[in-house]
Amino acid sequence: MTLEVLGFWVLAIVLVGSALAVVTTKNLFHSVLWLALALTGTAGIFLMLNAEFLAGVQILLYAGGVVTVVVFAIVVTEKLVGTRLAHTSRRVWLGGAVAAGFLGLLMSVLAEVPLPLAPVPMTEDPTRLIGTAFLTRFLLPFELLAVLLLVSLLAASYFARPEE
Amino acid sequence: MGLSAYLTLAAVVFSIGLFGVMTRRNMVGILLGIELMLNAVNINLVAFSRFHGEVAGMVLTVFAISITVAEVALGLAIVILLFRTRKTAMADHVDWLKG
Repeated sequence: MTLEVLGFWVLAIVLVGSALAVVTTKNLFHSVLWLALALTGTAGIFLMLNAEFLAGVQILLYAGGVVTVVVFAIVVTEKLVGTRLAHTSRRVWLGGAVAAGFLGLLMSVLAEVPLPLAPVPMTEDPTRLIGTAFLTRFLLPFELLAVLLLVSLLAASYFARPEE
Repeated sequence: MGLSAYLTLAAVVFSIGLFGVMTRRNMVGILLGIELMLNAVNINLVAFSRFHGEVAGMVLTVFAISITVAEVALGLAIVILLFRTRKTAMADHVDWLKG
């Protein structure tokens, strides 16, 4: 139990720290690398919640895929303009106040609602349950998701085509 | 750890992402903030799923992750297109729709 608490705190500190670095660091490229750390920390949280499949998906798709795509986009746009991308913030105090107020609102709601203290054991292995749910209860959304991915793939390559 | 610990962590990460979306001037930076916010929502979904013994939350997380990947690909394609035509990545400079 104490090991679980320790693991949660370590992951929480890594996650919050790297998330703060994503939104405050001056260098856009460093921002992306901090985001990769934050996404990996989230994968650790998923592992703590017994969602091994989701942790794998998180690492492969987010930390692998999304971060690579963002880095490619930065490299391409810097090459197009020939200057380094400026990466500044504006109205930091106003934004901080709004974000802090929103956090306070969320916390006040969380403090009032009674929440379960212990996880409910799954009837089976969660990965097996996810696979079964995809092909039974969620079959139509699953197929629509495939269509969405195809459409976005075509649209992205159409947008980014070389100029005639 | 109870459910409230995970929900609190997700709320903090969501607020940090919201701060990034509101204060960043570069469009790629805004996209990174949106990533953080979606990530916090995924933590919530998985935590609720685990603490209620119901798999639907994890299935929704897989949907959310896939749709986020599509969103990032399209968002970056738009950024690259804006760079070609306008030579800028600042959200403030993309204002030629105003009357």
